[in-house]
Amino acid sequence: MQKQLKKYFLFFTIPTLLAFAIAFVIPFLLGIFLSFTQFTTVTNAIWVGFANYAYVFTDPDFLQALWFTAAFAVVSVITINLIAFLFALMLTRGIRGTNVFRTIFFMPNLIGGIVLGYIWQLILNGILYRFDATLTVSPVYGFWGLVILMNWQLIGYMMVIYIAGLQNVPRDLIEAAGIDGANRLQTLRNVTLPLVMPSVTICLFLTISNSFKLFDQNLALTAGAPSKKTTMLALDIYNTFYGKSGWEGVGQAKAVVFFLMVGLIVLAQLLITRRREVES
Amino acid sequence: MAKAARAEGNHPVVFTVLVILAALFISPILIVFMNSFKGRFYISDTPFELPNSETFVGLTNYTSGVAKTGFFQAFGLSLFITVGSVAVIVLFTAMTAYYITRVKNGLTSALYYMFTFSMIVPFQMVMFTMTKTANVLNLDNPVGIIFIYLGFGSGLSVFLYSGFVKSIPLEIEEAVMIDGYNPIQSFFKVILPLLKPIAITVAILNVMWIWNDYLLPLLVIGSEYKTVPIAIQYLKGGYGSIDMGAMMAMLVLAIVPIIIFYLLCQRYIIEGVVAGAVKG
Repeated sequence: MQKQLKKYFLFFTIPTLLAFAIAFVIPFLLGIFLSFTQFTTVTNAIWVGFANYAYVFTDPDFLQALWFTAAFAVVSVITINLIAFLFALMLTRGIRGTNVFRTIFFMPNLIGGIVLGYIWQLILNGILYRFDATLTVSPVYGFWGLVILMNWQLIGYMMVIYIAGLQNVPRDLIEAAGIDGANRLQTLRNVTLPLVMPSVTICLFLTISNSFKLFDQNLALTAGAPSKKTTMLALDIYNTFYGKSGWEGVGQAKAVVFFLMVGLIVLAQLLITRRREVES
Repeated sequence: MAKAARAEGNHPVVFTVLVILAALFISPILIVFMNSFKGRFYISDTPFELPNSETFVGLTNYTSGVAKTGFFQAFGLSLFITVGSVAVIVLFTAMTAYYITRVKNGLTSALYYMFTFSMIVPFQMVMFTMTKTANVLNLDNPVGIIFIYLGFGSGLSVFLYSGFVKSIPLEIEEAVMIDGYNPIQSFFKVILPLLKPIAITVAILNVMWIWNDYLLPLLVIGSEYKTVPIAIQYLKGGYGSIDMGAMMAMLVLAIVPIIIFYLLCQRYIIEGVVAGAVKG
């Protein structure tokens, strides 16, 4: 079978491979190369070694964005997962209307980032207006605005994954824990939680990578105002590429650093949480 | 036990909490809807008040918003790009995943790892170089971008399909081969129908992403062709204040189709998200 199929390599793979090469592989490799050059149009690249990288780590905009993004990621990853898990616990108790609640909580996830940004701009400015302020008065408002927005968007998604995990926990294990005299909290910590670790792994992966890559929401809600203080990494890289001509090499170096950082964080998280998964 | 389960199912406190949370979750959408009927100057000041005889403007915001953004063209373009991209992704990545899963050699496993790897690479890493590549190859138009989406979206899709193909017993294909089918016939007549559940997942995850995508279409096909998120972002313009009335109306027009789509395909969407998460 395999031998026969083997001859059809081109038929089965060529459209995807061609597109994958053009949209990903070539741009990725070219991106690494260009991060060591100074260029404006790719064809006029001049090799500059690590100069772009040296600049990246002394660029106040990048460092500010890095700090803001990291703080945002920590806060929103914790809040989203905690709240989503609580929602999932409430919705796996056989309460009437469970499906309606699930439908409502999940809905914001289908709305695009740009639209989400403007929805929350309206609401948060409406509230802040009563205190004679707006979202762009202080970066603190922008920060918490983004946290709230991101929670609204992702809680439903993570909840659905946690519900799937909770439904896979065998009922008799919970009952056995109860018979052994464990209270609800002990059962949750020692029986349920270890068994839903695969869901935790996925939800952490999704929330961490989404928090770091956040762009549309950031652009629509504050666009970095006031004075770039709420600019996140993805937006800072965009601004470096398309905001100042001649800085494309630095933008590309920032992108490489960004990729390495996201990749390492996500890999570390996967390794750590995977180790805590147990078989039921 | 049955008694305990029933008592849990009617838990009035949890039910009340869920009702309040659901109301909170839905309110941002209702607030935007309410404001879309108010005069533009009343929206920023009093966003939480119902329209009254003074502030109500009927459908003015909708007509001016549609005219300003070219909303229906944008909607048509978004629909064309999303349907086209998802169709090619669903078909071509299924073929690729089938081949690289069934034929085991160095090349196919290298490809598998490359596709998986591409999933963690942030868009910013290839943003500039992909745009340039698309320009050079004349892919910077509404048809060409479909090819770009196939390439950039293939990582997740190949990964999901591969996991599923592994679970299909080889015997089925061997049996149809004995009946005289060649691999192409066997794939289209036997395998493809079996892939339907995961194909729906692949389609849904890609629809959610591509329909809402802002940056890739902006950079690749630019201002000449506007998708819905781009049209909305353009309302903000470069100078002065946003026409809040038109903005609210366009947000409603952007959200309503998604909610209808979601309510129609709700079961598939939630199942698709779970299936995607379990594999991811």
